[in-house]
Amino acid sequence: MAEALVNKILPFSSVDGPGNRTVIFFQGCNFNCLYCHNPETINRCTACGICLDVCPAGALRSRNGSIEWNSANCTGCDACLAACPGKSSPKAVSMTVNDVMKTVEKVKPFISGITVSGGECTMQKEFLAELFEAVHKLGLTAYVDTNGYIDFSKEPELTFAMDKAMLDIKSYDEGEHKMLTGMSNATVLKNAEYLANKQKLYEIRTVIVPGILDNYRNVAEVSRLIAKLDADIRYKLIRFRPVGVSGDIKKVGIPSDELMAELKKTAEKNGCRYVSVV
Amino acid sequence: MSGILNIIKDRTLTYEQKIVSLARAAENTLSVLPISKEIQEYRREGIICDLNEGNAPYRPRYIVPDYERFMRQGSEFLRLKPARDIWEATNNLLILYSHVPSVTTMPVYVGNLDTLLEPFIKDEEEAYKAVRLFLMHLDRTVTDSFCHANIGPGATKAGRLILRAEKELQDAVPNLTIKYSKDTPEEFALEAVETALVSAKPSFANHEMFVNDFGINYSIASCYNGLPIGGGSYTLARLVLARLAKQSNNAGHFLEEVLPEAVSKMCEFMNQRIRFIVEESGFFESSFLVDESLIYKDRFTAMFGMVGLAECVNHLLGAKEQKDRFGHNDAANALGQRIIERMHQLVSEHNNQYCKATDGRFLLHAQVGIDTDYGISPGCRIPIGEEPEIYEHLLQSAPFHKYFPSGIGDVFSFDETVKRNPAYLLDIIKGGFSEGLRYISFYASDSDLIRITGYLVKKSDMKALQQGRQALHDTVALGLGAVQNSRILERKVRHNG
Repeated sequence: MAEALVNKILPFSSVDGPGNRTVIFFQGCNFNCLYCHNPETINRCTACGICLDVCPAGALRSRNGSIEWNSANCTGCDACLAACPGKSSPKAVSMTVNDVMKTVEKVKPFISGITVSGGECTMQKEFLAELFEAVHKLGLTAYVDTNGYIDFSKEPELTFAMDKAMLDIKSYDEGEHKMLTGMSNATVLKNAEYLANKQKLYEIRTVIVPGILDNYRNVAEVSRLIAKLDADIRYKLIRFRPVGVSGDIKKVGIPSDELMAELKKTAEKNGCRYVSVV
Repeated sequence: MSGILNIIKDRTLTYEQKIVSLARAAENTLSVLPISKEIQEYRREGIICDLNEGNAPYRPRYIVPDYERFMRQGSEFLRLKPARDIWEATNNLLILYSHVPSVTTMPVYVGNLDTLLEPFIKDEEEAYKAVRLFLMHLDRTVTDSFCHANIGPGATKAGRLILRAEKELQDAVPNLTIKYSKDTPEEFALEAVETALVSAKPSFANHEMFVNDFGINYSIASCYNGLPIGGGSYTLARLVLARLAKQSNNAGHFLEEVLPEAVSKMCEFMNQRIRFIVEESGFFESSFLVDESLIYKDRFTAMFGMVGLAECVNHLLGAKEQKDRFGHNDAANALGQRIIERMHQLVSEHNNQYCKATDGRFLLHAQVGIDTDYGISPGCRIPIGEEPEIYEHLLQSAPFHKYFPSGIGDVFSFDETVKRNPAYLLDIIKGGFSEGLRYISFYASDSDLIRITGYLVKKSDMKALQQGRQALHDTVALGLGAVQNSRILERKVRHNG
């Protein structure tokens, strides 16, 4: 049975797709975004051991060349995450599909389905296909929250196994996307088209960052793309918030209500039916 | 007599509240119920409590008229003909409401309003105006938020108009419940959720479960009390388990000796109250509600209330740390269930000849507490400040609900961002009901109107009363007491995750 490195499981979520959903956050990401608000999900732990010294609860220890986390002792103070020089977490746990399903089964009556998120969940795509099969057996739906870096047209198993995707289009401009994430947006845009044509695109999201991104252009272009593909695809405009981020971008302010309202209006004018601001 | 003079001079009471208080004081000068020394002792210790019903009960505590029948026949006594349009329908109902007695002097049940009004919804905008004025009239004249209306389980035009008006009015009265069944259309249920996130109502009742207990003719009255239509409950007394537990230090002794003795005494106390209402007060021989078949003596029952299970369990187990306490520990939860099962068994063994609606039995009721309770949690609820994550909370609570046909429920406060995703809440409700939950209430954390325990009060009204200004609704004072003694405003807000 496949195993995956899981950062965290959130039993109930109101913001990760339709209805109430259990969200599984996978460890590891192929982007390195300036505004990442959970940078501890980006890399795998290298067992450098720096976190051992800062844990006040004795919840971490080194064993057989890896860091072992004792959840019963952990107080959730996150001192280990703050100390980690490698954008990782000693609390990520290797789990089988059965392990994940134990939590899902416990909350099954209360949820519409699950959403896999990250990090970037598609980095562990074989696991996802297997997980989704188990989830579908319970009559639940499986949504994928992705940065769109992998090419879904080349991943028929995953694409078939999932119900729908929620895709970030962080920037419409290739250069700006590279500046922001370190990677190209070519497959991201390709995926938007491919998934929409397969009726597998639930939502597109764009984070609005004043002074760093060309927000007007991004929203205008993405909303035109949605209108062209399928105006019922939801478009979520997310306010940048400096919580959890590191580096200079911390100094960027939260976008104003006026700016968000204006961008929403632009998207609606371009033909998007469901635009929301969070 | 200084108490009576104090009522007269009290500047925070409205004129109406003074009259009700004076009537209560007058009733309490009597001593007509033969109450044994043992019962008096339990009452003195605050273990058995009559919840302000008074010393000489002269009407059943909760009356649930058959409003459907009233709509069909009008009323000879009130000189009302059956209504022909929405204006006559709402006017007839408002007239009848002022003649429906209860422990508060005001009606605790005002009907399944959507189905009552649906035949009269012709022009929707005109009907909306009528419905809105009707609801506003209720709020300003029935000045007690134990007044309860029902809608559902089907979707109706009238139901939608009521939800729309409630969203706009955001008034404390009436309390509102939607009977939710597997057949309730999704869209209608979502509208109800959206309304509740603005106006803290409706609550959701598990229709299938209530039908199973009462048949189709049930109502949700007062806080969340399941009762038969055309009848009601003679009385509601309560057993304060938090205090009773102090008489024991181990679960076995409590279950086998302390609890049976207290249950037996409380049943005797309730018998006396019921006997007085039925045999001596003359209520059933002198009410036009009886003469016109809007209520029947044989559709009445009585409610055996309890509070403070959490504190009782924690005391018996000597549980100090959160991980050992009720709501968090499997053994503590299991003891809670054993206590309620035992109580259910003991109460079911008792027979009262006048409780014909329930074959002579009293119904268990998880009472929500009173304003002066300090450190006593409502019914079987987990104490405020100790609430676990919501899914654990729901799974912990659900197994208790089957024992309480005449009312039990949980209240949740949700972060306002949930308003963007009402389907999230509907999923939680559906899940809860499939796990055996009977009743659930919720409100958004940014709402002025909030559910205290089982009734609604505006935060702004409590603040005004605290500053010495009068409040129109008598329940504002109860809410303020509960806020001060039971940390209502500290109820855990459920954020995403």
